[in-house]
Amino acid sequence: MAILQIREAINQAIAEEMDRDPGVFIMGEEVAQYNGAYKVTQGLWKKYGDKRVIDTPITEAGFAGIGIGAAMAGIGVRPIVEMMTWNFAILAFDQIINHAAKARYMSAGQFKVPIVFRGPNGPAHMLGAQHSQALESMMAHVPGLIVMTPSTPYDAKGMLKSAIRDDNPVIFMESELMYGQKGEVPDGEYLIPVGKGDIKREGTDVTIIAWTKMVAVALKAAAELEKEGISAEVLDPRTLRPLDEELIIASVKKTNRAVIVEDSWPFASVGTEIAHRIHTIAFDHLDAPVEKINGADVPMPYAENLEHEAMPSPEKVIAAVKRVLYR
Amino acid sequence: MKKEKTTTDQPRWADLGLSDQKLISMYRDMLLIRRFEERSAQEYGKGKIGGFCHLYIGQEATGVGAIAALRDDDFIYTAYRDHGQALARGMSAKECMAELFGKVTGVSKGIGGSMHFYDLSKGFMGGWGIVGGHPPLAAGTAFATKYQGRDSVTICFMGEASTNQGVVHETLNMAELWRLPVIFITENNGYGMGTAISRAMAGENLYDKAAGYLMNRGAVNGMDVIDMYREMKKAIHLARTEFRPTFLEARTYRYRGHSMSDPGQYRTKEEIEEYKKKDPIETFAKELLQWGVLTEAALERMEEEIKTEVQEAVEFADASPQPPLEMLHQNVYA
Ligand SMILES: Cc1ncc(C[n+]2csc(CCOP(=O)(O)OP(=O)(O)O)c2C)c(N)n1
Repeated sequence: MAILQIREAINQAIAEEMDRDPGVFIMGEEVAQYNGAYKVTQGLWKKYGDKRVIDTPITEAGFAGIGIGAAMAGIGVRPIVEMMTWNFAILAFDQIINHAAKARYMSAGQFKVPIVFRGPNGPAHMLGAQHSQALESMMAHVPGLIVMTPSTPYDAKGMLKSAIRDDNPVIFMESELMYGQKGEVPDGEYLIPVGKGDIKREGTDVTIIAWTKMVAVALKAAAELEKEGISAEVLDPRTLRPLDEELIIASVKKTNRAVIVEDSWPFASVGTEIAHRIHTIAFDHLDAPVEKINGADVPMPYAENLEHEAMPSPEKVIAAVKRVLYR
Repeated sequence: MKKEKTTTDQPRWADLGLSDQKLISMYRDMLLIRRFEERSAQEYGKGKIGGFCHLYIGQEATGVGAIAALRDDDFIYTAYRDHGQALARGMSAKECMAELFGKVTGVSKGIGGSMHFYDLSKGFMGGWGIVGGHPPLAAGTAFATKYQGRDSVTICFMGEASTNQGVVHETLNMAELWRLPVIFITENNGYGMGTAISRAMAGENLYDKAAGYLMNRGAVNGMDVIDMYREMKKAIHLARTEFRPTFLEARTYRYRGHSMSDPGQYRTKEEIEEYKKKDPIETFAKELLQWGVLTEAALERMEEEIKTEVQEAVEFADASPQPPLEMLHQNVYA
């Protein structure tokens, strides 16, 4: 076991897959000579050179599309496209949604689009409205896309390796504030399959469902709740589309209560979909309506106090848990 | 571009109709920007300023020369490197610093931050964070003034790397096709973050990008406030009188990293030193002294005044309150 930062775990996943498959390459803004805006691709350019680690101009739509076309050729090329952040990937949504997500369906299965779009998502710290958006719900809305979002170094590595090997376009969303977070990563190879969630903490009274940065918020809340004799289970779906419905429903059947925590906006979010599924599939097992804690329904302000107010916090989660427990 | 006094006994700005007062205020604006930005860097280091903070140090002549050529009813757009243009437009150091500190007394009431300065009353349209995102907005504002029969112009600062974005080309096409009174000032500081322009752009001259649209275009020494002013006057005249857009490549340089978190290891010390020899503020000061527009004593006084102005701005920002919590939900809709 090694202790790695998330950025190192992602780096290892990319390097291992590049070693395994010469068709895997990575491109994006500053990924090569600068070693990545957030140093995720540290050392890769030195190791693999210009052909496989490619600095692009600041043209998200263009290089996303070039990646999609390369993947579609069906001759063993598997691009990893780094988006400096998902805020900038918005420029490439046409390529991702109108092209990558539909090529296979429209061609009645002739094309595969084995491509990964990855980069940091969600608010960081005082970056203001255009740089602080959690966009997983927009991506998860689209049939044809897979959406994965890891919360630990272990998960990040195993999930990304599966994403790279998958024959579908995968949206892989990381977090700027988590790149330095450390955790255990096994030395040998392992994969975490697409569509498999994970219980991050076992509990019996309530299921808190959270992903990426919000897992830590949920775990903090769970630790506090334990002091008050409330046993919270923390469930990380890890893949948001397809959802690990089985795991979610099994947990809720056990706890009979659920709180969903996401830093995205509340309207039509992934959390809304999860709440809907719990309500329809596990209705008879619920002792309270599912609660949802979201980022405030506003563009993110810059001022530190307002930003703090806008974000989900352990306190807000604890309050929601108490509401579903009628305490 | 010549900078020293020539054999004639006229300063090279003699044909521009610039009063001494105007020349001095252009110089003062550049110096204020330099000192404001140096202080911003310090305050960032102290944690008073958060997020991304992109300094304008080195590029002062581009912003000041261009904005000095405008009228009050003209409009300005820029990207995230926006402190300099805001100060050049007469937004106060106090309100600008307060914005950086995330205070309610800031130009955007602390909601915007470093990258999002706005003052509609001064035609200062921001302050935008997505590379290549704002140029179509600038063309749109130019569309509106023409539509309403006004003779205002809109200028749009952008980094050279943004011209690789597709939407910038869509905008150039429509600006020329529809004859919009807009001037695109591409501040070519040689690097988009850590990527030298030659690694990101096919072709040789940046301004050639406008050639396919047959737009009026050219390059100017963006380290020279007078050259900048002169070229802008021409472009503004074309826009105001004939609705002809211009694509101006201002060749300049940023002395600091891309943002406060960039150590800037992709360029050499020598390269930076070369540009510092052409420092827009020092070279202009020399000229103003040479022509007797300013005296050494006046320069010193100005330094002192600006020092005080920046100090007071920091104190003002520090003492100002954060925005009240109810502002979180205000202004999402009109
Ligand atoms: C669409 C988009 N992609 C990436 C970024 C991240 N980014 C911010 S500034 C920058 C470099 C831009 O360089 P340039 O346009 O030359 O302007 P300069 O910073 O030199 O003023 C990058 C890559 C962004 N803000 N928006």
